[in-house]
Amino acid sequence: MDLIWQGIREALRLVLTGDPGVWQITLLTLRVSGAALLIALVLGLPAAALLAFGRFPGRQVFASAVNAGMGLPPVVVGLLVTILLWRSGPLGFLEMLFTPSAMVLAQTIIALPIVTGLAMAALQALNPRLRLQLLALGASPVQAAALLLYEARGALLAAVMAAGGRLLAEVGAVLMVGGNIRGLTRVLTTATVLETSMGKFETAIALGIILLALSFALNASLTALQQRGRRP
Amino acid sequence: MSGPLAALREVRVRYGDRTVLAVEALTVERGEILALLGPNGAGKSTLLRILTLLEAPAAGEVVFEGTPITAAERPRWRRRLACCFQEPLLLDTTALANAALPLRLRGVPRREAERRALAWLTRLGVAGRADRRAASLSGGEAQRVSLARALALEPELLGLDEPFAPLDPESREPLQEEFLALQRERAMTAVLVTHDRAEALRLGDRVAVLLEGHLAQVGPAAEVFTRPASEAVARLVGADAILEGTVLGSGEGLLTLDVAGHRVQAVGSLPAGQRALLCLRPEDVTLLPAAEMGRPSSARNNLPARVVRLVPAGPLLRVHLDCGAPLSALVSRPSATALGLMEGMAVIATFKASAAHPLPRPALRPEAPAVRFLP
Repeated sequence: MDLIWQGIREALRLVLTGDPGVWQITLLTLRVSGAALLIALVLGLPAAALLAFGRFPGRQVFASAVNAGMGLPPVVVGLLVTILLWRSGPLGFLEMLFTPSAMVLAQTIIALPIVTGLAMAALQALNPRLRLQLLALGASPVQAAALLLYEARGALLAAVMAAGGRLLAEVGAVLMVGGNIRGLTRVLTTATVLETSMGKFETAIALGIILLALSFALNASLTALQQRGRRP
Repeated sequence: MSGPLAALREVRVRYGDRTVLAVEALTVERGEILALLGPNGAGKSTLLRILTLLEAPAAGEVVFEGTPITAAERPRWRRRLACCFQEPLLLDTTALANAALPLRLRGVPRREAERRALAWLTRLGVAGRADRRAASLSGGEAQRVSLARALALEPELLGLDEPFAPLDPESREPLQEEFLALQRERAMTAVLVTHDRAEALRLGDRVAVLLEGHLAQVGPAAEVFTRPASEAVARLVGADAILEGTVLGSGEGLLTLDVAGHRVQAVGSLPAGQRALLCLRPEDVTLLPAAEMGRPSSARNNLPARVVRLVPAGPLLRVHLDCGAPLSALVSRPSATALGLMEGMAVIATFKASAAHPLPRPALRPEAPAVRFLP
């Protein structure tokens, strides 16, 4: 028990004193996962609208692939991105491996199917005649898709929470493509792994608490947004 | 500009290998309400979606102002039309934002769009609900907002797919009246899909009857309702008291027929010897006590009949009769009481020659089984 109390005291000290190392790690975590989430939303929402409303050959196969991709193991993504970015790999010339950009790329690949799959389900859960009505009022297909995405905003926030939580907690892929380099690619999860393996439990617990707090803050604010104006 | 606003030419719609709609020709004139009347599954909604450019037919063309609409022109023309459906289909925002939405989609600035939308909400009596969210509106209010939303566009063609059907009678009839007044005031062109013949008669300038994907009759509402082109149309428009007979002779626009051994007169002309159907609206059949047989009456035809069954039909009673052939009459409850109507009772069924619409039999229904028409 002593170990845990010490950990919590250390965590409070690190947070309250604004330890530059911890700050840097926390900010990088937010930047990497935030960027990946944003890119996944920008790509995933139009893709979801296309899969939900489009009529083109292979739509079913794409939709199945997206749903299967929601459970993509991060280490497989890490492996894939590592091979792509390896010095002799197809994208090796970018010299991106072991940089935050590589981490964003890997996390985007993890988040994209989650955002796309959940958004597609949210759009398909709407009344199908709603789209016909919007078109019948002169909306272009793009305007109709945007309005329907907004109409499904509650379910979309759930998708953002699911994807965001997954990215913040994700360790396998960022470790493989980032390399856990101090001051450069070390994030909360990889730092926690390292500190624990070195037996420095106080720091590990402190990092873990910050991670939990971030995750809670993200979900609490999105939940507040989702439930706003809703009364049973 | 002259000529019809819109027209369909040789339109075919197939779902899989099933043809659900086959319309040779149909026009929509400017300023009219064209009612598309048909039973469920007849293809009415499909026809409306084709006409309002929401769906492309497998074959044939949709014509606006004399020009066939190509796929490339479809989006531009669709912006000049609007539809209102059976459900209000409002978005999860305020009534005002909903009503203003189609204008906003066309790039009208928010203030201007909301000003125009509010005017229509006011016109439809729901301005007091402008700031309420859609989910908090009653069914009738939501449908009024939905109608205001479509009307705010001042569309060149308004498609209405049974928008009054889900409303309760207390809110349906006032809304129908208000819509009719608006339509007359602005000379709007509208196509109204309905399975309710009372609504088609009340709102339609012309009625197009759709049966199993085919147009069975198109004409002025009064004509379709009194002179149905076929037995199926007659049944759909409520001229469903149908007698069978043989033409004995004709002259001066009046036919004499033999119906189950009785001589019956009807307005029309058919050759002698022709088997015929007489389509009557049951409300045009009146009942007299059997004792009054032979008394002169303004009604030309008197048939002795026996009451088979009394079935409540809303505020009225439907009286199933046997006069050698089945016949039915609609009577009010007070007159049923006055006559002392009961099952098995003998009465006289009377109707005017002008109320009976004769059709040659087989009556324009080649798809009906031929064996039915054998004597």
